Amino acid sequence: MVEREVVTGPRRPQRRARRPATSDIDEQTRLGDVYLRGLMRTQLRLGLAVGLSTLGLLAALPVVFALAPGTATPTLAGIPVPWWLLGIGAYPLLAGAAWLYVRQSERVEREFTDLVDRR
Amino acid sequence: MNPTAGLLAVLLVAISTALLGIVGVRAARTTSDFYVASRTVSPWWNASAISGEYLSAASFLGVAGLILAYGADMLWFGVGYTAGYLLLLVLVAAPLRRSGAYTLPDFAELRLESQVLRKVASAGVVTIGWLYLLPQLHAAGITLRTITGTPAWVGPVAVAAVVLVSVLAGGMRAITFVQAFQYWLKVTAIAIPAIVLVLVWRADGSPEITSEGPATFTETTTVEVAAPVELEVAEPLLVHAEGTLDGDAVSGEVTLPAGGVQVGTGTELTFAEDAPVPHAQGLRAVDGPGWTYPMSSGTPYALYTTYSLIIALFLGTMGLPHVLVRFYTNPDGRAARRTTVTVLAMLGVFYLFPTIYGGLGRLYAPELLLTGRTEAVVLLLPSAMLGAGSTAGQVLTVLVTAGAFAAFLSTASGLTVSVAGVLSQDVLNRRISSPVTAFRVGTVLALLVPTLLALGGLDLAIADVVGLAFAVAASTFCPLLLLGIWWRRLTDAGAMAGLVVGGGAATAAVGATIMLGSSTGLPGALLAQPAAWTVPLAFITMVVVSLLTPGRRPRGLWRTMVRLHTPEDVPLDRGPWDPERRFRR
Repeated sequence: MVEREVVTGPRRPQRRARRPATSDIDEQTRLGDVYLRGLMRTQLRLGLAVGLSTLGLLAALPVVFALAPGTATPTLAGIPVPWWLLGIGAYPLLAGAAWLYVRQSERVEREFTDLVDRR
Repeated sequence: MNPTAGLLAVLLVAISTALLGIVGVRAARTTSDFYVASRTVSPWWNASAISGEYLSAASFLGVAGLILAYGADMLWFGVGYTAGYLLLLVLVAAPLRRSGAYTLPDFAELRLESQVLRKVASAGVVTIGWLYLLPQLHAAGITLRTITGTPAWVGPVAVAAVVLVSVLAGGMRAITFVQAFQYWLKVTAIAIPAIVLVLVWRADGSPEITSEGPATFTETTTVEVAAPVELEVAEPLLVHAEGTLDGDAVSGEVTLPAGGVQVGTGTELTFAEDAPVPHAQGLRAVDGPGWTYPMSSGTPYALYTTYSLIIALFLGTMGLPHVLVRFYTNPDGRAARRTTVTVLAMLGVFYLFPTIYGGLGRLYAPELLLTGRTEAVVLLLPSAMLGAGSTAGQVLTVLVTAGAFAAFLSTASGLTVSVAGVLSQDVLNRRISSPVTAFRVGTVLALLVPTLLALGGLDLAIADVVGLAFAVAASTFCPLLLLGIWWRRLTDAGAMAGLVVGGGAATAAVGATIMLGSSTGLPGALLAQPAAWTVPLAFITMVVVSLLTPGRRPRGLWRTMVRLHTPEDVPLDRGPWDPERRFRR
């Protein structure tokens, strides 16, 4: 008869039941804090990157025109370039930047939802 | 100008607005309908409504007039009014919608949990709202007088009456449809005449605007001066005059001496072809290269003034109460963002056109520089280019008049709704138990005060008051929103100190300019365009005072941040705050 030997080892810590990250956020654990801060930081960086680059580009124009007046005088089809830039060009630029932002921002939120709402 | 045609245009707009408002009443059943249209408005309609509400008299009439008088530097107005929405989109739109607040004071209360701060924010909303309503009513008076010759009081009263009917009838839901309709009316009314006028200009051989020397009359022109004006004459100029010059009766050929000439009411001046256009003294219009090229008008501190204007426009938009109240009508944060992108595109389309009126006005209506009434260029250009008697000229004039009236109505309606919302929630709710009744009483109050001020002869240039509203908004609610949404350490004490310091400084600066007239030199520039220093001042005050009062951070901060930043479809505890609780007592 083969003697059966019961092998015992030090008791392993029980694996924690997998629970959704939403409860980490609800209970404001450190992990929940990381999730929320991460989301806020990503969205803030995205917003600042799109907003500051677009508005900065526009806001650079007056100082360029003031310091180098030669940049303001070339004409296109008889109309000075600044009129094309500010009268027409600025609007597609703004709308394009806005569209880009919304696409990226919705992607960030989808990723956040996938991350925390997995059950 | 044919008064009947102008009156017809105004009546059509007024009646269709009131009808849409009354139809909307069937949809408005609950409190939520009155304040935020129950949040069932689609992004397309919401964007039309936001754009319709935003394009005020300053945009429809003012921008073209500024370009006619001052040229390339004024292109910033259209760009700035639009760019403000980009900043609103990337930093404010979705969190603000997710906050669930109805009004700016609601947001302040949710984020900082202070009733005192709520009251301060309410006072700010009502102040900015009334400040912005006043020039709308005032401009309505001027327009009606220009087009139909009615007395000055008719315009403000007519606009106030139409707004009252449509807002009382249906609240926000009715107003949403009214304003969406008015956006399309305004775009049509500014675009079609502009396209026709460009074709006329091309058929005319595409004359160019001279970049040297002053604007000139392109043909022999007779100008009738309706109100006394002092002219600035650069070089002695031979004209034919009937009326009074410098107090003396004249009839026949006269040489206007160089310097200032006082022209009496009813005087007719006839200028020869190619004669330079004398400017009205107060206008300080720009000529030659200063008009054609940016940053070359030679105005002192032009760079400071331009940047201060840019800051006020970029940052002020998000602090205007009638702009923010619109975001609460989106179903969720994602829809709020998509709405804002559509708004940016819609505003961009609109702002292509005022420039055309300003430029063509330089060629075909330069006498406006003489009378000083450059804000009328959009209204007068069709008849100036096509002939006052021609059918085409009259049809286009009716169209632009309708557009201008729609501009007063929609902006005035939006402001009235947001001011009425704040008044009814924060002032009247203790005295009147029914929220719908409170909203209606609030509506009457919201309109009564600025109407009385407009009738009382408080006569301010539209550009000045609109500038004041933007500067005050940029120095108060812009820092409150940006720091409130993105910075956890903001406290109620910091927010309050920032609102008081920023708002107080901006109001005092522009108030001083309006009361005392613009002074020269650096102090004059700092006071006339205060945003470049009042906005940083407000931000610094909020940050410093908040850091000094760390014990006052709100207790529900975590839940509020979860509420502001997480997408609605994630099931999370976002705290118990509910803006409608105050109606369920």
